[in-house]
Amino acid sequence: MLRDVAVVGVGQTSFGEHWERSFRDLFVTAGVRALEDAGVAGDEIDALYGGNMSAGQFIQQEHVAALIADYAGLATERVPATRVEAADASGGLAFRQAVLDVASGASDVVVASGVEKMTDLGSAETTEALAGSADREWEVFGGGNVAALYAMMARAHMDRYGTTRRQLSEVVVKNHENATNNKYAQYTNEVSAELVESTPFVSEPLRAFDCSPASDGAAAVIVVPAEDAEDYTDEPVYVEATEQASGSLAVHDRDDITTLGSTARAAERAYETANVSPGDVDVAEVHDSYTVAEILAVEDLGFAEKGDGGAFVEDGRAAVDGETPVNPSGGLKACGHPLGATGVRQVVDAAKQLRGEAGTQVEDASVAVTHNVGGTGATAVVNVLSDRNGRNRRSR
Amino acid sequence: MTAPRFWRKINQRYRLVGTECRTCDTAFFPPRDLCPECRRESDIAEKAFSGEGEVVTKTVVHDAISDYDAETPYTLAVVELDEGARITAQVVEGDGEVDVGDRVEACFRRVRDEGEEGIVQYGTKFERV
Ligand SMILES: [Zn+2]
Repeated sequence: MLRDVAVVGVGQTSFGEHWERSFRDLFVTAGVRALEDAGVAGDEIDALYGGNMSAGQFIQQEHVAALIADYAGLATERVPATRVEAADASGGLAFRQAVLDVASGASDVVVASGVEKMTDLGSAETTEALAGSADREWEVFGGGNVAALYAMMARAHMDRYGTTRRQLSEVVVKNHENATNNKYAQYTNEVSAELVESTPFVSEPLRAFDCSPASDGAAAVIVVPAEDAEDYTDEPVYVEATEQASGSLAVHDRDDITTLGSTARAAERAYETANVSPGDVDVAEVHDSYTVAEILAVEDLGFAEKGDGGAFVEDGRAAVDGETPVNPSGGLKACGHPLGATGVRQVVDAAKQLRGEAGTQVEDASVAVTHNVGGTGATAVVNVLSDRNGRNRRSR
Repeated sequence: MTAPRFWRKINQRYRLVGTECRTCDTAFFPPRDLCPECRRESDIAEKAFSGEGEVVTKTVVHDAISDYDAETPYTLAVVELDEGARITAQVVEGDGEVDVGDRVEACFRRVRDEGEEGIVQYGTKFERV
């Protein structure tokens, strides 16, 4: 990157079913919290990026970046506002665009935000809207939807690597346990593997509790040039890398459906840019839209060997005190998954880990990864963040 | 799916007609007008598929989008056609449960009872050989 970039403020709404709060209420709350956290005034902001998957379908509102700028009080300042869309990787992309904007030198203080208001629609309409991230003409016409496509990836992973139904359940057990300390999470109750396995099938082998829920919510972060970061905060979080990669839109067009090639490529580039290896990562917030997605993620991000992701979770290696703690926030499963907000929420939670102020805190976390996926994996974003303390520690 | 969007690809949906790239001898279904390998050197032509193939992976869908709700639970699979392309389609459960690795062949079936515009939409499903 041309200039190093840092995150100096983070904020989010609680995620969940907020029937009393509108789309605009949500992002204003998150945005104000991020600005207050950074001590930034509205007239300092040079640009805003808003991740949103489908306001057109959920609330029949397009042009939402302008709406965000307007209700955040930035339209009077003529702040340029850009909507970014890549299904449920929209937030991750909004963050990446904000970082690149600062890195390029074009802007100095940029807001990256994400918001989705999903629960005004019923579950049938929500499933329909979600299916827009898959190939409508050839996957959805054939009878597919996002859960069914992940279910087929799960089946293939089980067939090839011996991944078990219980290992899928253990993802839920871990993430719900982690979320018990997260006041912003949609679900803060612990669940047992037996409970997960007693919920109805959505698409075999996936059951209702294998799926992240529909949620309302927003998240925002403030990014500035790294050299200015300490003007805003005592605890800057540095963006060591932000990488994005694509894969085929349809699952059937992938040579190997037990891996997300987009994740693997984005991760490879991110580790190279950040000059870290997967073993250096202290904490990761990954895209567990379905349980199998977390198993794919821990493999494709290099924390576990290919095929070993199920055992990695089941053996506690992804636990908060494990080898590579994964989703200490509770992940998408327990935090909730307001599509366009999730990628930014992951950065919020990773920043809190690096500052040492997370609910379920990983001890001495100094290198964090966030991983955000669009739909079934046609888009993936991988970010590496650090507090730049760990590196010094390791080099001593 | 709206009527124009459905009819635009009616030949492909009804008769399993895809494309192939003659430069690298790769078959595409769903059809592509540009070969991802050869790109500008693509030499694309229509190709009829035999309709025979093998189940790569499958699921049983219990929770479908609304137009398919009446059919649940149904089997959905990724089928690798013998010519090399892969397709996502339903497998008709005739004599027992279909499994990964099973040989299947295409059949012409009603896919949706009622589209958004009230039309019956047909297309390709598969059945065990
Ligand atoms: Zn070719």
